[in-house]
Amino acid sequence: MSAFLAQTRTELRLSLRNGEQLLVSIAIPLLLLVFFSLVDVLPLPDGVDRGVQFLTPGVLALAVMSSAMVALGIGTGFERQYKVLKRLGATPLGRPRWVAAKITMVLGLLLIQSIVIIAAACLLGWSPGGSPVLAPLAMLLGAAAFAGLGLLMAGTLRGTLTLALANGLYLVLLLAGGMIIPFDQMPGPIGALGRLLPSGALSQVLQASLRDGAPAAGSSWIVLAVWAVLAPAAAIRFFRWE
Amino acid sequence: MSFPSGTGEAPAIEVDDLTIRYGDHVAVDGLSFSAERGRITALLGPNGAGKTSTVETLEGYRTPSSGRVRVLGLDPHRDHRALVPRLGVMLQSGGVATGIRPLEVLQLFASYYDDPADPVELLELVGLADHRRSTWRSLSGGEQQRLSLALALIGRPEVAFLDEPTAGIDPAGRLLIRRIIAELRTEGVAVLLTTHDLDEAERLADQVVIIDHGRLLADATPADLMRSSDAREVRFAAPAGLDTAGLAERLGAAVSEVTSGEYLVAAEGSPKVVAALTAWLAEHDLPLGDLRVGRQSLEDVFLRLTESAASSATPAMSSRGSRRGRR
Repeated sequence: MSAFLAQTRTELRLSLRNGEQLLVSIAIPLLLLVFFSLVDVLPLPDGVDRGVQFLTPGVLALAVMSSAMVALGIGTGFERQYKVLKRLGATPLGRPRWVAAKITMVLGLLLIQSIVIIAAACLLGWSPGGSPVLAPLAMLLGAAAFAGLGLLMAGTLRGTLTLALANGLYLVLLLAGGMIIPFDQMPGPIGALGRLLPSGALSQVLQASLRDGAPAAGSSWIVLAVWAVLAPAAAIRFFRWE
Repeated sequence: MSFPSGTGEAPAIEVDDLTIRYGDHVAVDGLSFSAERGRITALLGPNGAGKTSTVETLEGYRTPSSGRVRVLGLDPHRDHRALVPRLGVMLQSGGVATGIRPLEVLQLFASYYDDPADPVELLELVGLADHRRSTWRSLSGGEQQRLSLALALIGRPEVAFLDEPTAGIDPAGRLLIRRIIAELRTEGVAVLLTTHDLDEAERLADQVVIIDHGRLLADATPADLMRSSDAREVRFAAPAGLDTAGLAERLGAAVSEVTSGEYLVAAEGSPKVVAALTAWLAEHDLPLGDLRVGRQSLEDVFLRLTESAASSATPAMSSRGSRRGRR
């Protein structure tokens, strides 16, 4: 088997074997989707009558953040701390193929997450609207932005610190990013700030792509694209291999 | 795999006037030595002697501040891509994802090389065939070391860099690792291993390169190193603080207390001298610990070299305590 395929397969297998990563990538998004779709306690945006219509795009955005930032960041952070990256430097694998394998792993995780979340949403009676063809593009841009943030932490901090910070950031970006609590139900300044976060931009763009009647997301596309360029650029600039 | 050894061919490893600085600190200071294919070269020195800096430069992780290194005739940093498929590397610790299983990581590493060794055979060779379901984090330190060694060998390297391959390993594991390393010699691999373990260097190495404070102290075969040292001496161990002047008078030769409780008599180790020494101890009702005549152990040579280097350089020798602890 080629080194790239073997590396990708191993990365995916290790991610799926890791209980904490599965919890963050699959269990938590699924739990939020199912629970808040069935139990009517969260505020909904104006004009939305069923929770699943709002929650499905938001939880897909959350899934992107959990694989690309949390799973990738924590995994890579510990690999750096335990000298896995250093050891790989003394093999013919090479950094380009390693990076390619990591990207493919994140995309693979995203595919699995999307299938599980969309299947659950359909069972809960979700009917997509908007222009769904744009959703994969939005998720790819979001993945680039969050992977940049995850690798920036992984490449500059110790493994345990990356673990703590990635999980903390996950919670903040989740709550302030309009993923499960709509921006129009937040106090004005927080909502305005939240829309500038990568999580906020991604959730707005996914709402517009997947839900009829969602506000147009032109400026959120721009915010998301800026994050998708700046975060990976910062990771490339500051990542230390040892 | 076989390679012509030695004659006429460039050495597998060449270190030529290598200097490595970290800021103001000089880790390696004008070091030169070479290592041949089909031979095991031990790089020996106390902690902080510059062993790992030297090896990491040869592996391409660092660049020399000045001087030159070549591995298989190539520059390890500049020619990294061409060289790395021909190298096997064992780091001092870590290097493997904690959740991976032994066979998985061997198969993964095998995929990096064009003509790898068989992962299953290699797993058996290092005695981990029964650990297929264990993850790296659940292996003992010794098992991790053996797996690291297998990973260094999966690509059938021409040059193997092994950083403290038997550190912290149980005796059975140590024997197994030594046997595998010794086998590499017959396959024509150039092995460079770093170690504090003098016994290991003495048993395993064809060539011993001793360094301290980044400088070369000795470069020879273990036999030559031990022979070359002054054979006109008797060493013994007895309680600390003996009356060395009195003993010297009796023996007609200088006596010095090398370290606390260890003595050196500057005389030929003749039966007459030994008899006089033991008689003197008996008269004073003193026990005799170790007694060695003529041929020194590699440890004696090592201590003598590193201690004289320490006294001629900075006096702050951090590893003094650990050396005494070896006795």
